[in-house]
Amino acid sequence: MSETVYGPVTDWATDFDHGSPAYAANQHKIWDDLKNSGCPIAHTERYGGTWLPLTHEMVHSIAYDTDHFSSEGPVVGQLKPSEVPDRIGAPIGPVPPISSDPPFHNEARRLLLPAFSPKMIDPWRDEVIEICNKLIDDMGDADHIDAALQYSQHIPVMVIARMLGLPVEDGDKFRGWVNLVLSGIGEERTEERMQKFMEFNEYLAYHVTDHKENPREDLISFLLNAEIFGEKLSLEHAVGTVILLLIAGIDTTWSGIGSSLWHLATNSVDRRRLVENPDMIPTAVEEFLRAYAPVTMARVVKEDMEFHGVQMKKEDWVLLPFPAANRDDKQFANAHEVVIDREENRHAAFGLGIHRCLGSNLARLEMNVAVEVFLQRFPDFSVDANEMVTWSTGQVRGPRTLPFVVNARA
Amino acid sequence: MRVHVDPAKCQGHNRCYALAPELFDVDDYGNAFELNDGVVPAGLEDKARLALANCPEFAISIEE
Repeated sequence: MSETVYGPVTDWATDFDHGSPAYAANQHKIWDDLKNSGCPIAHTERYGGTWLPLTHEMVHSIAYDTDHFSSEGPVVGQLKPSEVPDRIGAPIGPVPPISSDPPFHNEARRLLLPAFSPKMIDPWRDEVIEICNKLIDDMGDADHIDAALQYSQHIPVMVIARMLGLPVEDGDKFRGWVNLVLSGIGEERTEERMQKFMEFNEYLAYHVTDHKENPREDLISFLLNAEIFGEKLSLEHAVGTVILLLIAGIDTTWSGIGSSLWHLATNSVDRRRLVENPDMIPTAVEEFLRAYAPVTMARVVKEDMEFHGVQMKKEDWVLLPFPAANRDDKQFANAHEVVIDREENRHAAFGLGIHRCLGSNLARLEMNVAVEVFLQRFPDFSVDANEMVTWSTGQVRGPRTLPFVVNARA
Repeated sequence: MRVHVDPAKCQGHNRCYALAPELFDVDDYGNAFELNDGVVPAGLEDKARLALANCPEFAISIEE
Protein backbone atom coordinates (compact mmCIF):
# COMPACT_ATOMS: atom_id res chain seq x y z
CA MET A 1 0.00 0.00 0.00
CA SER A 2 1.35 3.43 -0.90
CA GLU A 3 2.04 6.34 1.43
CA THR A 4 -0.20 9.39 1.11
CA VAL A 5 0.83 12.46 -0.90
CA TYR A 6 2.35 13.81 2.33
CA GLY A 7 5.06 11.14 2.63
CA PRO A 8 6.23 9.17 5.67
CA VAL A 9 5.47 10.46 9.19
CA THR A 10 8.48 11.93 11.01
CA ASP A 11 6.91 12.46 14.43
CA TRP A 12 3.47 11.26 15.62
CA ALA A 13 2.95 14.18 18.04
CA THR A 14 3.55 16.97 15.50
CA ASP A 15 3.30 15.34 12.06
CA PHE A 16 0.82 12.44 12.32
CA ASP A 17 -1.05 11.08 9.30
CA HIS A 18 -4.21 9.17 10.17
CA GLY A 19 -4.58 8.24 6.47
CA SER A 20 -1.25 6.41 6.35
CA PRO A 21 -0.79 2.63 6.38
CA ALA A 22 1.52 3.03 9.40
CA TYR A 23 -1.32 4.56 11.45
CA ALA A 24 -3.74 1.81 10.39
CA ALA A 25 -1.24 -0.86 11.40
CA ASN A 26 -0.01 0.61 14.71
CA GLN A 27 -2.70 2.94 16.03
CA HIS A 28 -3.04 1.40 19.49
CA LYS A 29 0.68 1.76 20.13
CA ILE A 30 0.76 5.25 18.61
CA TRP A 31 -2.01 6.45 20.98
CA ASP A 32 -0.35 4.86 24.02
CA ASP A 33 3.07 6.30 23.18
CA LEU A 34 1.58 9.77 22.67
CA LYS A 35 -0.37 9.70 25.92
CA ASN A 36 2.58 8.26 27.87
CA SER A 37 4.83 10.99 26.56
CA GLY A 38 2.41 13.63 27.87
CA CYS A 39 0.75 14.44 24.55
CA PRO A 40 -3.00 13.80 24.87
CA ILE A 41 -3.69 15.81 21.70
CA ALA A 42 -1.48 15.47 18.62
CA HIS A 43 -1.24 17.89 15.70
CA THR A 44 -0.22 17.73 12.06
CA GLU A 45 0.09 20.31 9.30
CA ARG A 46 -1.17 17.65 6.90
CA TYR A 47 -4.61 18.09 5.33
CA GLY A 48 -4.25 21.81 6.02
CA GLY A 49 -3.95 21.40 9.80
CA THR A 50 -5.50 18.57 11.85
CA TRP A 51 -5.82 17.72 15.57
CA LEU A 52 -6.03 14.26 17.16
CA PRO A 53 -7.36 14.29 20.76
CA LEU A 54 -6.90 10.95 22.49
CA THR A 55 -8.75 10.92 25.82
CA HIS A 56 -12.38 9.95 26.31
CA GLU A 57 -12.94 13.27 28.09
CA MET A 58 -11.68 15.36 25.15
CA VAL A 59 -13.51 13.32 22.52
CA HIS A 60 -16.69 13.53 24.59
CA SER A 61 -16.46 17.30 25.08
CA ILE A 62 -15.78 18.03 21.37
CA ALA A 63 -18.63 15.76 20.28
CA TYR A 64 -20.98 17.72 22.59
CA ASP A 65 -19.67 21.19 21.70
CA THR A 66 -21.55 22.01 18.51
CA ASP A 67 -21.07 25.75 19.21
CA HIS A 68 -17.34 25.59 18.49
CA PHE A 69 -17.01 22.49 16.29
CA SER A 70 -18.96 22.09 13.04
CA SER A 71 -19.86 18.78 11.39
CA GLU A 72 -19.73 20.21 7.87
CA GLY A 73 -16.64 18.09 7.15
CA PRO A 74 -17.15 14.67 8.75
CA VAL A 75 -14.32 13.12 6.69
CA VAL A 76 -10.93 14.86 6.60
CA GLY A 77 -9.77 15.63 3.07
CA GLN A 78 -7.02 17.56 1.34
CA LEU A 79 -9.45 20.44 0.71
CA LYS A 80 -11.14 22.28 3.57
CA PRO A 81 -14.96 22.36 3.25
CA SER A 82 -14.80 26.03 2.15
CA GLU A 83 -12.32 25.10 -0.63
CA VAL A 84 -14.55 22.46 -2.23
CA PRO A 85 -16.28 23.87 -5.35
CA ASP A 86 -20.11 24.04 -5.41
CA ARG A 87 -20.33 22.73 -1.89
CA ILE A 88 -23.35 23.05 0.38
CA GLY A 89 -21.99 24.64 3.55
CA ALA A 90 -23.03 24.64 7.23
CA PRO A 91 -25.52 24.18 8.75
CA ILE A 92 -26.75 21.70 6.09
CA GLY A 93 -23.55 20.30 4.57
CA PRO A 94 -23.33 17.96 1.58
CA VAL A 95 -24.66 14.78 3.24
CA PRO A 96 -27.31 15.68 5.86
CA PRO A 97 -27.73 15.01 8.72
CA ILE A 98 -24.16 13.74 9.41
CA SER A 99 -22.75 16.94 7.87
CA SER A 100 -25.33 19.23 9.52
CA ASP A 101 -25.23 21.47 12.58
CA PRO A 102 -28.07 22.58 14.87
CA PRO A 103 -30.78 23.67 14.46
CA PHE A 104 -31.07 22.24 10.91
CA HIS A 105 -29.52 18.96 12.08
CA ASN A 106 -32.35 18.14 14.45
CA GLU A 107 -35.00 18.34 11.73
CA ALA A 108 -32.98 16.41 9.14
CA ARG A 109 -32.27 13.69 11.68
CA ARG A 110 -35.81 13.42 13.07
CA LEU A 111 -36.94 12.69 9.56
CA LEU A 112 -34.80 9.53 9.42
CA LEU A 113 -34.90 8.32 13.02
CA PRO A 114 -38.19 6.37 12.80
CA ALA A 115 -36.92 4.30 9.84
CA PHE A 116 -33.92 3.17 11.94
CA SER A 117 -35.59 2.73 15.34
CA PRO A 118 -35.29 -0.70 17.00
CA LYS A 119 -38.90 -1.56 16.30
CA MET A 120 -38.43 -0.94 12.56
CA ILE A 121 -35.04 -2.67 12.38
CA ASP A 122 -35.78 -5.85 14.42
CA PRO A 123 -38.10 -7.29 11.73
CA TRP A 124 -35.10 -7.43 9.33
CA ARG A 125 -33.53 -10.16 11.47
CA ASP A 126 -34.77 -13.16 9.46
CA GLU A 127 -33.62 -11.59 6.22
CA VAL A 128 -30.13 -10.96 7.63
CA ILE A 129 -29.97 -14.59 8.86
CA GLU A 130 -30.90 -15.76 5.36
CA ILE A 131 -28.27 -13.51 3.72
CA CYS A 132 -25.53 -14.78 6.06
CA ASN A 133 -26.43 -18.45 5.53
CA LYS A 134 -26.58 -18.00 1.77
CA LEU A 135 -23.09 -16.44 1.75
CA ILE A 136 -21.75 -19.45 3.65
CA ASP A 137 -23.61 -21.89 1.36
CA ASP A 138 -21.89 -20.19 -1.59
CA MET A 139 -18.46 -21.07 -0.14
CA GLY A 140 -19.20 -24.77 -0.81
CA ASP A 141 -16.83 -27.23 0.85
CA ALA A 142 -13.75 -25.01 0.68
CA ASP A 143 -11.38 -25.28 3.65
CA HIS A 144 -9.72 -21.96 2.79
CA ILE A 145 -12.06 -18.99 2.77
CA ASP A 146 -11.81 -15.21 3.00
CA ALA A 147 -14.24 -14.07 5.67
CA ALA A 148 -13.92 -10.42 4.59
CA LEU A 149 -14.25 -10.84 0.82
CA GLN A 150 -16.73 -13.73 0.84
CA TYR A 151 -18.76 -12.85 3.93
CA SER A 152 -18.55 -9.66 5.98
CA GLN A 153 -18.29 -7.18 3.09
CA HIS A 154 -21.50 -8.44 1.46
CA ILE A 155 -23.86 -8.36 4.44
CA PRO A 156 -24.33 -4.59 4.95
CA VAL A 157 -24.38 -3.91 1.20
CA MET A 158 -27.18 -6.40 0.59
CA VAL A 159 -29.24 -5.08 3.49
CA ILE A 160 -28.90 -1.34 2.75
CA ALA A 161 -29.49 -1.86 -0.99
CA ARG A 162 -32.78 -3.58 -0.15
CA MET A 163 -33.76 -0.85 2.31
CA LEU A 164 -32.97 1.96 -0.14
CA GLY A 165 -34.45 0.21 -3.15
CA LEU A 166 -31.28 -0.14 -5.23
CA PRO A 167 -30.33 -3.29 -7.20
CA VAL A 168 -28.70 -5.76 -4.79
CA GLU A 169 -26.42 -7.04 -7.58
CA ASP A 170 -24.73 -3.59 -7.75
CA GLY A 171 -22.86 -4.35 -4.51
CA ASP A 172 -19.43 -4.26 -6.16
CA LYS A 173 -20.14 -0.79 -7.56
CA PHE A 174 -21.22 0.56 -4.14
CA ARG A 175 -18.11 -0.79 -2.49
CA GLY A 176 -15.92 0.83 -5.16
CA TRP A 177 -17.51 4.21 -4.49
CA VAL A 178 -17.32 3.84 -0.72
CA ASN A 179 -13.64 3.07 -1.05
CA LEU A 180 -13.20 6.15 -3.21
CA VAL A 181 -14.74 8.42 -0.59
CA LEU A 182 -13.28 6.91 2.58
CA SER A 183 -9.95 5.25 1.85
CA GLY A 184 -8.38 7.51 -0.75
CA ILE A 185 -8.19 10.65 1.41
CA GLY A 186 -4.44 11.13 1.03
CA GLU A 187 -4.23 10.09 -2.62
CA GLU A 188 -3.74 12.47 -5.50
CA ARG A 189 -6.85 13.94 -7.08
CA THR A 190 -6.40 12.19 -10.40
CA GLU A 191 -8.58 12.33 -13.48
CA GLU A 192 -9.54 8.71 -12.82
CA ARG A 193 -10.81 9.49 -9.29
CA MET A 194 -12.85 12.44 -10.58
CA GLN A 195 -14.31 10.19 -13.28
CA LYS A 196 -15.43 7.68 -10.65
CA PHE A 197 -17.12 10.41 -8.59
CA MET A 198 -19.01 11.45 -11.74
CA GLU A 199 -20.16 7.87 -12.32
CA PHE A 200 -21.40 7.65 -8.74
CA ASN A 201 -23.45 10.83 -9.16
CA GLU A 202 -24.87 9.69 -12.48
CA TYR A 203 -25.82 6.31 -11.03
CA LEU A 204 -27.70 7.95 -8.15
CA ALA A 205 -29.37 10.52 -10.40
CA TYR A 206 -30.66 7.67 -12.58
CA HIS A 207 -32.14 5.70 -9.67
CA VAL A 208 -33.60 8.76 -7.94
CA THR A 209 -35.36 9.80 -11.17
CA ASP A 210 -36.62 6.24 -11.59
CA HIS A 211 -38.05 6.34 -8.04
CA LYS A 212 -39.71 9.67 -8.79
CA GLU A 213 -41.44 8.20 -11.82
CA ASN A 214 -42.19 4.84 -10.17
CA PRO A 215 -42.60 5.34 -6.41
CA ARG A 216 -42.37 2.25 -4.22
CA GLU A 217 -42.09 1.20 -0.58
CA ASP A 218 -38.45 1.95 0.12
CA LEU A 219 -36.22 4.59 1.67
CA ILE A 220 -35.49 6.48 -1.57
CA SER A 221 -39.21 6.93 -2.23
CA PHE A 222 -39.68 7.91 1.42
CA LEU A 223 -36.98 10.60 1.11
CA LEU A 224 -38.46 11.97 -2.11
CA ASN A 225 -41.79 12.47 -0.32
CA ALA A 226 -40.38 13.65 3.00
CA GLU A 227 -40.82 17.24 4.13
CA ILE A 228 -38.61 19.53 6.17
CA PHE A 229 -39.88 22.86 7.53
CA GLY A 230 -43.13 22.26 5.61
CA GLU A 231 -41.46 21.75 2.22
CA LYS A 232 -40.31 18.73 0.23
CA LEU A 233 -36.60 17.99 0.60
CA SER A 234 -34.45 19.59 -2.06
CA LEU A 235 -33.08 17.09 -4.58
CA GLU A 236 -29.54 17.79 -3.28
CA HIS A 237 -30.67 16.98 0.25
CA ALA A 238 -32.40 13.74 -0.79
CA VAL A 239 -29.48 12.56 -2.95
CA GLY A 240 -26.98 13.61 -0.25
CA THR A 241 -28.84 11.52 2.30
CA VAL A 242 -28.89 8.51 -0.04
CA ILE A 243 -25.11 8.88 -0.45
CA LEU A 244 -24.77 9.08 3.32
CA LEU A 245 -26.87 5.97 3.98
CA LEU A 246 -24.97 4.02 1.35
CA ILE A 247 -21.52 5.10 2.50
CA ALA A 248 -22.06 5.19 6.25
CA GLY A 249 -23.68 1.76 6.39
CA ILE A 250 -21.30 -0.29 4.30
CA ASP A 251 -17.64 0.12 5.23
CA THR A 252 -18.36 0.58 8.91
CA THR A 253 -20.44 -2.57 9.47
CA TRP A 254 -18.18 -4.60 7.19
CA SER A 255 -15.33 -3.50 9.47
CA GLY A 256 -17.22 -4.31 12.65
CA ILE A 257 -18.13 -7.81 11.49
CA GLY A 258 -14.62 -8.42 10.13
CA SER A 259 -12.86 -7.31 13.33
CA SER A 260 -15.16 -9.52 15.43
CA LEU A 261 -14.40 -12.58 13.27
CA TRP A 262 -10.68 -11.75 13.28
CA HIS A 263 -10.74 -11.66 17.09
CA LEU A 264 -12.49 -15.04 17.22
CA ALA A 265 -10.05 -16.54 14.70
CA THR A 266 -7.10 -15.45 16.84
CA ASN A 267 -8.60 -16.15 20.32
CA SER A 268 -9.73 -19.77 20.50
CA VAL A 269 -10.85 -19.54 24.14
CA ASP A 270 -13.28 -16.73 23.34
CA ARG A 271 -14.44 -18.54 20.21
CA ARG A 272 -15.21 -21.74 22.13
CA ARG A 273 -17.07 -19.81 24.84
CA LEU A 274 -19.35 -18.23 22.25
CA VAL A 275 -19.89 -21.50 20.36
CA GLU A 276 -20.95 -23.14 23.64
CA ASN A 277 -22.91 -20.11 24.91
CA PRO A 278 -24.46 -18.26 21.97
CA ASP A 279 -26.49 -16.21 24.51
CA MET A 280 -23.25 -14.38 25.28
CA ILE A 281 -22.89 -13.09 21.71
CA PRO A 282 -24.70 -9.73 22.23
CA THR A 283 -22.44 -8.86 25.18
CA ALA A 284 -19.35 -9.99 23.26
CA VAL A 285 -20.36 -7.89 20.24
CA GLU A 286 -20.49 -4.79 22.49
CA GLU A 287 -16.95 -5.56 23.60
CA PHE A 288 -15.80 -6.01 19.99
CA LEU A 289 -17.40 -2.64 19.26
CA ARG A 290 -15.47 -1.09 22.14
CA ALA A 291 -12.11 -2.70 21.43
CA TYR A 292 -12.21 -2.53 17.62
CA ALA A 293 -14.49 0.48 17.07
CA PRO A 294 -14.27 1.07 13.33
CA VAL A 295 -15.18 4.74 13.07
CA THR A 296 -13.31 8.00 13.65
CA MET A 297 -15.34 11.11 12.80
CA ALA A 298 -14.13 14.66 12.17
CA ARG A 299 -15.20 18.19 13.01
CA VAL A 300 -14.15 21.62 11.70
CA VAL A 301 -13.13 24.41 14.11
CA LYS A 302 -15.57 27.32 13.68
CA GLU A 303 -13.40 30.17 15.02
CA ASP A 304 -9.87 30.48 16.47
CA MET A 305 -9.99 29.07 20.01
CA GLU A 306 -8.03 27.51 22.84
CA PHE A 307 -8.71 23.88 23.73
CA HIS A 308 -6.91 22.10 26.61
CA GLY A 309 -3.92 24.42 26.22
CA VAL A 310 -3.56 24.24 22.42
CA GLN A 311 -4.45 27.01 19.94
CA MET A 312 -6.88 25.77 17.31
CA LYS A 313 -7.38 27.86 14.19
CA LYS A 314 -10.57 28.49 12.29
CA GLU A 315 -11.12 25.67 9.77
CA ASP A 316 -8.63 23.28 11.39
CA TRP A 317 -9.82 19.68 11.26
CA VAL A 318 -10.38 17.88 14.57
CA LEU A 319 -10.57 14.10 14.53
CA LEU A 320 -12.88 12.31 16.96
CA PRO A 321 -11.14 8.96 17.41
CA PHE A 322 -13.90 7.03 19.18
CA PRO A 323 -11.64 3.93 19.05
CA ALA A 324 -9.03 5.78 21.17
CA ALA A 325 -11.70 7.02 23.62
CA ASN A 326 -12.80 3.39 23.97
CA ARG A 327 -9.32 2.38 25.11
CA ASP A 328 -8.94 5.15 27.71
CA ASP A 329 -8.15 3.49 31.04
CA LYS A 330 -9.70 6.39 32.95
CA GLN A 331 -13.06 5.34 31.50
CA PHE A 332 -12.70 1.54 31.20
CA ALA A 333 -11.21 -1.04 33.56
CA ASN A 334 -8.56 -3.15 31.77
CA ALA A 335 -9.11 -0.95 28.73
CA HIS A 336 -6.48 -2.77 26.68
CA GLU A 337 -7.91 -6.24 27.25
CA VAL A 338 -10.77 -7.70 25.25
CA VAL A 339 -13.17 -9.04 27.91
CA ILE A 340 -16.08 -10.63 26.07
CA ASP A 341 -18.34 -10.68 29.13
CA ARG A 342 -17.56 -7.09 30.20
CA GLU A 343 -20.55 -5.94 32.25
CA GLU A 344 -19.92 -2.20 32.39
CA ASN A 345 -19.41 -0.95 28.86
CA ARG A 346 -20.23 2.66 28.01
CA HIS A 347 -18.29 2.50 24.75
CA ALA A 348 -18.52 5.27 22.18
CA ALA A 349 -18.26 3.16 19.00
CA PHE A 350 -21.41 4.80 17.62
CA GLY A 351 -20.36 8.27 18.67
CA LEU A 352 -21.57 10.54 21.46
CA GLY A 353 -24.05 13.39 21.49
CA ILE A 354 -26.43 14.53 18.77
CA HIS A 355 -24.67 12.68 15.92
CA ARG A 356 -25.02 9.20 17.48
CA CYS A 357 -24.87 6.79 14.52
CA LEU A 358 -28.33 6.75 12.98
CA GLY A 359 -27.87 3.15 11.84
CA SER A 360 -26.59 1.77 15.14
CA ASN A 361 -29.59 -0.56 15.61
CA LEU A 362 -29.11 -1.97 12.12
CA ALA A 363 -25.33 -2.30 12.57
CA ARG A 364 -25.83 -4.16 15.86
CA LEU A 365 -28.36 -6.50 14.29
CA GLU A 366 -26.03 -7.28 11.37
CA MET A 367 -23.01 -7.81 13.63
CA ASN A 368 -24.89 -10.08 16.02
CA VAL A 369 -26.45 -12.20 13.28
CA ALA A 370 -23.19 -12.36 11.28
CA VAL A 371 -21.23 -13.65 14.29
CA GLU A 372 -24.00 -16.02 15.36
CA VAL A 373 -24.42 -17.64 11.92
CA PHE A 374 -20.66 -17.83 11.28
CA LEU A 375 -20.08 -19.65 14.59
CA GLN A 376 -23.03 -21.98 13.98
CA ARG A 377 -21.70 -23.00 10.60
CA PHE A 378 -17.94 -22.83 11.39
CA PRO A 379 -17.46 -23.71 15.07
CA ASP A 380 -13.67 -23.88 14.57
CA PHE A 381 -11.61 -21.62 12.31
CA SER A 382 -8.23 -19.87 12.39
CA VAL A 383 -6.18 -17.39 10.37
CA ASP A 384 -4.37 -19.02 7.43
CA ALA A 385 -0.70 -18.66 8.42
CA ASN A 386 0.38 -18.57 4.77
CA GLU A 387 -1.72 -15.54 3.88
CA MET A 388 -1.88 -11.90 5.04
CA VAL A 389 -4.70 -10.19 6.91
CA THR A 390 -4.87 -6.61 5.54
CA TRP A 391 -6.48 -3.58 7.19
CA SER A 392 -8.11 -0.49 5.70
CA THR A 393 -6.63 3.00 6.02
CA GLY A 394 -8.44 6.23 6.84
CA GLN A 395 -11.29 7.04 9.23
CA VAL A 396 -12.93 3.60 9.02
CA ARG A 397 -10.76 0.75 10.22
CA GLY A 398 -11.32 -2.94 9.69
CA PRO A 399 -9.87 -6.02 7.99
CA ARG A 400 -10.16 -5.98 4.20
CA THR A 401 -8.91 -9.54 3.74
CA LEU A 402 -9.44 -12.32 6.28
CA PRO A 403 -7.90 -15.55 4.98
CA PHE A 404 -9.22 -18.28 7.28
CA VAL A 405 -8.82 -22.04 7.48
CA VAL A 406 -12.06 -23.80 8.36
CA ASN A 407 -11.18 -26.52 10.88
CA ALA A 408 -14.72 -27.72 11.54
CA ARG A 409 -18.12 -27.11 10.02
CA ALA A 410 -21.60 -27.90 11.24
CA MET B 1 -35.57 1.26 43.53
CA ARG B 2 -36.50 3.70 40.75
CA VAL B 3 -34.82 4.35 37.37
CA HIS B 4 -35.01 7.50 35.29
CA VAL B 5 -33.86 8.36 31.74
CA ASP B 6 -32.92 12.02 31.30
CA PRO B 7 -34.56 12.83 27.93
CA ALA B 8 -32.14 15.73 27.41
CA LYS B 9 -29.18 13.35 27.56
CA CYS B 10 -30.61 10.27 25.81
CA GLN B 11 -29.43 10.03 22.20
CA GLY B 12 -31.16 6.76 21.35
CA HIS B 13 -28.30 4.28 21.70
CA ASN B 14 -30.96 1.81 22.92
CA ARG B 15 -28.68 -0.04 25.30
CA CYS B 16 -31.18 0.14 28.19
CA TYR B 17 -34.06 -1.14 26.06
CA ALA B 18 -31.91 -4.02 24.77
CA LEU B 19 -30.64 -5.00 28.22
CA ALA B 20 -33.75 -4.39 30.35
CA PRO B 21 -36.93 -4.26 28.24
CA GLU B 22 -38.91 -4.87 31.46
CA LEU B 23 -37.81 -1.44 32.71
CA PHE B 24 -37.38 0.69 29.57
CA ASP B 25 -39.12 1.27 26.27
CA VAL B 26 -38.35 3.46 23.24
CA ASP B 27 -40.54 5.85 21.27
CA ASP B 28 -40.88 6.05 17.47
CA TYR B 29 -37.64 8.02 17.29
CA GLY B 30 -35.72 5.42 19.28
CA ASN B 31 -35.45 7.60 22.41
CA ALA B 32 -35.75 5.75 25.71
CA PHE B 33 -38.08 6.26 28.65
CA GLU B 34 -38.69 4.33 31.87
CA LEU B 35 -41.75 2.11 32.28
CA ASN B 36 -44.07 2.01 35.29
CA ASP B 37 -42.98 5.47 36.51
CA GLY B 38 -39.50 4.07 36.90
CA VAL B 39 -40.43 1.69 39.72
CA VAL B 40 -38.14 -1.36 39.51
CA PRO B 41 -40.00 -4.59 40.41
CA ALA B 42 -38.30 -6.76 43.02
CA GLY B 43 -35.68 -9.02 41.45
CA LEU B 44 -34.87 -6.68 38.57
CA GLU B 45 -32.43 -4.43 40.47
CA ASP B 46 -29.39 -5.95 38.76
CA LYS B 47 -30.92 -5.30 35.35
CA ALA B 48 -31.45 -1.66 36.29
CA ARG B 49 -27.80 -1.35 37.33
CA LEU B 50 -26.69 -3.09 34.13
CA ALA B 51 -28.64 -0.58 32.02
CA LEU B 52 -27.07 2.32 33.92
CA ALA B 53 -23.57 0.87 33.45
CA ASN B 54 -24.02 0.61 29.69
CA CYS B 55 -25.47 4.00 28.80
CA PRO B 56 -22.80 5.85 26.75
CA GLU B 57 -24.46 9.22 27.43
CA PHE B 58 -24.78 8.77 31.22
CA ALA B 59 -28.50 9.47 30.79
CA ILE B 60 -29.78 6.92 33.34
CA SER B 61 -30.01 7.50 37.09
CA ILE B 62 -31.09 5.19 39.92
CA GLU B 63 -32.70 6.11 43.20
CA GLU B 64 -32.37 3.40 45.87
